[in-house]
Amino acid sequence: MLINPNFAGMSVSAQHLTKIYGSQKAVDNVSLDVRPGEILGFLGPNGAGKSTTMKMLTGFLPATEGAIQIAGIDMMRHPLEGRRHIGYLPESNPLYFDMYVREYLAFVAGVYGLKNADRAINQVVEMTGLGPEQHKIIRQLSKGYKQRVGLAQALIHDPAVLILDEPTTGFDPIQLADIRSLIKTLGRSKTIIFSTHIMQEVQAVCNRVMIINNGRLVADDTVEGLSARMKGAVSVQISFDQAMPLSDIQQLAEVESVASTGSNAFMVSGLDAAALKKALFQLAVQLNNPIMSLQEEKADLEHIFKSLTQAKS
Amino acid sequence: MWSIFKKEWSQFFSSLTGYVSIGVFLLVMGLNVFVFEGNVLESGYATLDVFFSLSPWIMILMVPAITMRSFSEEYQTGTIEMLATKPLSDTQIILGKYFAAGALLLFALLPTLIYFLAVSALSLEGAGIDTGATWGSYIGLVLLGLMFCAVGLWSSTFSSNQIVAFLIGVFLCYLVYDAFFRISTLSIFTGKADYWIQLLGAGAHYDALSRGVIDSRDLVYFLTGSALFLLLTRMSVEGKKW
Repeated sequence: MLINPNFAGMSVSAQHLTKIYGSQKAVDNVSLDVRPGEILGFLGPNGAGKSTTMKMLTGFLPATEGAIQIAGIDMMRHPLEGRRHIGYLPESNPLYFDMYVREYLAFVAGVYGLKNADRAINQVVEMTGLGPEQHKIIRQLSKGYKQRVGLAQALIHDPAVLILDEPTTGFDPIQLADIRSLIKTLGRSKTIIFSTHIMQEVQAVCNRVMIINNGRLVADDTVEGLSARMKGAVSVQISFDQAMPLSDIQQLAEVESVASTGSNAFMVSGLDAAALKKALFQLAVQLNNPIMSLQEEKADLEHIFKSLTQAKS
Repeated sequence: MWSIFKKEWSQFFSSLTGYVSIGVFLLVMGLNVFVFEGNVLESGYATLDVFFSLSPWIMILMVPAITMRSFSEEYQTGTIEMLATKPLSDTQIILGKYFAAGALLLFALLPTLIYFLAVSALSLEGAGIDTGATWGSYIGLVLLGLMFCAVGLWSSTFSSNQIVAFLIGVFLCYLVYDAFFRISTLSIFTGKADYWIQLLGAGAHYDALSRGVIDSRDLVYFLTGSALFLLLTRMSVEGKKW
């Protein structure tokens, strides 16, 4: 029947997802299993395939290859049943601007066939902090409140799985804290997959991180695990006396990534702090270009992300 | 489906599409039936021929104006992504939109029943209005309008630009209504395929119903025609998912 015998308590299970546009692989063999209570942060540079993966999970885009199960329901065979368990906030947060907030939420409640629509609407209005704006027309709302409406419609049917594509865009810092804590609270009882390009957000909210680059998964770990795995990784802020070609730093074996940060100044990342500093010193001696300053920074998730997604050429 | 219907219906009236299309339709009709040259009062005959011969042409413009935003706007604003990830089948979405457009059309036709009452009240006692032909024409007009709705819905899936959807809709409605008749009059078809080509067009079937004879073949034509265009709409909507 609808419940798959292999359903091992995974709320979201996707195997070997691949999406091909023409000759380009937008998503390449991505598999993920997410349990209830997990908040999965989906990280990656723009165009890495985050949104495409989420669109496939929600059934908006058909996958070229692969299988998806939501709450144990095969999304290919029972898409309508599967969609009942998903709350989805698309990246562009599409809304009917000419509708009133409550009218729109009533429409969504009607689509899900909710019996006690009024109560459900009041609940999500309260949860997302839409109270003062609930009688306005959507067009008049600020970006942050529009985003709350988008979040409210994703929550209205109390889904087991929340898929939020960059849900925190458009909020000011105070609102941001509210929304993050809301996501955290929701994550206790639901499975949440949310994409972002803000690293601190992942550290603040998620208990698991997946990093995707060029359509491939490059990391899948807990936040702590990922940090531990990259222990010893370091970033160095360095400046030289005279001009130094970027490529000279890049060609060092110890360097994972390098970026120019000013005149003769660079941010250099590597996996081994001591070896990296030695190599940079030797390079300076070799080219007779003295090091003016060298400052070591602790590698946080941001640097891990950079070193994983910026392939060394 | 019902929730889509309600949403479409309320959007017709919040975006003014509903008021404007009904208002313009009734204004043009009222002027032609009672005021302009060739009106009913002038002709001296108790018929609504003016109304029934002009209505299809106004509907060729009006129906695509009603349906142009159905899918175009959803594609333009991205709300199709919201709809398509809800537990709604494509058929439910399409039928909800179709019936909403059809209901708006019926709503616009409803006040024209006053014309019928007025003309029959004005007619000399005993002569009266041809009730059979009038009802036949009304049935034809409604069926024609519903088929135009299906055509308009299909053309609104072609583009996220509403103007493009409108223009294609007008062209296709014209094609369905009149073009087959025009083609059949070309000299190469005369005496050969002209009858069959005429039957492909909606105009011939509408005229047949207007005579007051409800022929099942005409009903079948309009119903299968609407179904065909709704099917094409579904294929187009599904084809957009890549």
